Amino acid sequence: MKLLRYVLLLLFPLLASARTVVVGPSGPVHTIRQGLAQAAPFDTLLIQKGLYREINLMVDKPLVILGQNYPVVDGEKKGEIFTIRAADVTVQGLELRNVGRTSTIDWAAVKILSTRRVRVVGNRIRNAYFGVYMSASDNCLVRQNDIAGSPQEEQTTGNAIHAWKCDSLTILNNHIRGHRDGIYFEFVTHSTIRQNYSHGNIRYGLHFMFSHENSYFYNTFRENGAGVAVMYTRKVIMRHNHFEQNWGSAAYGLLLKDISDSQIEQNTFRKNTVGIHMEGTSRINCRNNRLTENGWGMRIQASCNDNVFSQNTFIANTFDVATNGTTVFNTFDRNYWDKYEGYDLNRDGRGDVPYHPVSLYSMIIEQMPHGVVLLRSFIVTLLDRAEKVIPSLTPEALVDANPLMKQP
Amino acid sequence: MNKVIKYVWLDILQNRIVLAYTVFLLVVSATLFGMESNASKGLMSLLNIVLMVVPLISLIFTTIHFYNSYEFIELLLAQPINRSKLLLSEFAGVASSLVTAFLVGVGGPVLLYAPGSTGAALLAAGVALTLVFVALAFLASVCTRDKAKGIGLALLIWFYFGLLYDGLVLTILFSFSDYPLEKAMLVLTTLNPVDLARIFIMLQMDVSALMGYTGALYQEFFGSMTGSLYALGVMLVWAVVPVWLAVRVFAKKDL
Repeated sequence: MKLLRYVLLLLFPLLASARTVVVGPSGPVHTIRQGLAQAAPFDTLLIQKGLYREINLMVDKPLVILGQNYPVVDGEKKGEIFTIRAADVTVQGLELRNVGRTSTIDWAAVKILSTRRVRVVGNRIRNAYFGVYMSASDNCLVRQNDIAGSPQEEQTTGNAIHAWKCDSLTILNNHIRGHRDGIYFEFVTHSTIRQNYSHGNIRYGLHFMFSHENSYFYNTFRENGAGVAVMYTRKVIMRHNHFEQNWGSAAYGLLLKDISDSQIEQNTFRKNTVGIHMEGTSRINCRNNRLTENGWGMRIQASCNDNVFSQNTFIANTFDVATNGTTVFNTFDRNYWDKYEGYDLNRDGRGDVPYHPVSLYSMIIEQMPHGVVLLRSFIVTLLDRAEKVIPSLTPEALVDANPLMKQP
Repeated sequence: MNKVIKYVWLDILQNRIVLAYTVFLLVVSATLFGMESNASKGLMSLLNIVLMVVPLISLIFTTIHFYNSYEFIELLLAQPINRSKLLLSEFAGVASSLVTAFLVGVGGPVLLYAPGSTGAALLAAGVALTLVFVALAFLASVCTRDKAKGIGLALLIWFYFGLLYDGLVLTILFSFSDYPLEKAMLVLTTLNPVDLARIFIMLQMDVSALMGYTGALYQEFFGSMTGSLYALGVMLVWAVVPVWLAVRVFAKKDL
């Protein structure tokens, strides 16, 4: 009897046979609102090419909302476009634009509220306040969307992909630009962020807080106002990401604040003011990263402990590592430093002389930022040389005992 | 005037020091670019050469040349030639030959290995430094009669601008670190031609580091029209004022 019930349950979708409701400017159903009202659960709403001036479209049953040749849904800056409260909704192939802005409600092109398994795939979102906004929703997918905003100020611009209190999200292959934060996570867990390209956002390319056990792979964060900032989180995995050209007096390739038990591996940091900035960070495994042409390769505040930096490559950074204290509880081992001048007599590929990556001058600048004007002057070179011979100010414990002779 | 410049040129070509200087710069630049894995690192190493060696050679060569051609100058002054015109011709001859040597010696490899804005800034700074230090050397040589004294004075000038001045700036920085020093530092560093040249090049090179904190201020200042004009103006003052002073001293000097 029980088995029969399961078989029936499996066959049930076939019996139900979903209909397709066609919405078109010339057809009988010419607004999306009508289409949503007529559709039964599990139907497909096929939206034909055209311009639909509609706001506050509430989706409260499982539907596939499918655009044909990118129909345009224009919010005319009056409000939100889609609000999804049902599970198993798909929004695909639409162009959503001109979402309204207010300071009291976070209007979004697609807002997903307290539900699960919603898919937002292959849409174009233009000039939105928030792009895709997920709140208390699980197992959602945001894939291949092209989101572009027109940023004004930090206060009047929303995030492109915003998630609050969600679990097991997949953010894949999106192209994001011109928002406040490219991707914003707060209280989001067990999610994967992969192959996204986030650039030209006025605050952070990626920003997360209290979002544990998430993974970030193959993303590119470029030319964002303040780079990437991640805070108050544990068990983060970041691999194969690119952090590029985040320039400015408060810009970071990657800012880690109160992060613990995480893996940062095989990432590339290029031409940032600060490649990686760490504050209150502990038990991080930082391996096989490539830091090139940054102002500061890494800035490790004295509040960091038990981090391991190994097999990273430092090339052409103005300063490889800077710190603000003399006590060091972190380990550097087998990194490649292009400024290393030692030798390798026994030919095991590791230099015989330990390398001190913190220069005296970087310590001076840490205390007196104006000192940067004397960079590369002869006296500074002399001071750095003298310090290398007889260390007095630089932390003696911050040392790579086995610097690599060749790039790993 | 042109005739005198021509003779100065002939004289300089004859004693081959400038040729040796050209070859030295050429070899050093080519080696640096060849040794370093990327061109920007080569430029960085070259920066030190430009900031230290160019002023030194300019000072020493000019001083020695001046004392060596003292008799020639005396001879010419027996003719109806204006004193200031003579000194200016000497300056033009020496400066142009050193600038040519620099442009060939460093400019060639830079164009070959690292063409671009950083390379151009390096060349411009090198030319400006050559002019400034030739001018200073002329002032030093007309002020003293004794050759050893003159060379000593030239070395002192080099030591002061190359090393001592930055040390003083660093001391000021340490002693007054509690005060907002941005503007003061900006003025202080630009008063030294070597520092000015360095910052000018550095803004092309270390943009990312300089953009932070104080760097942003510099970037803004030198990036703006007023800033570039100011930098050019300071360099000009450093080149013109010593020559003018030298001409004045030379005109009244009892030879």
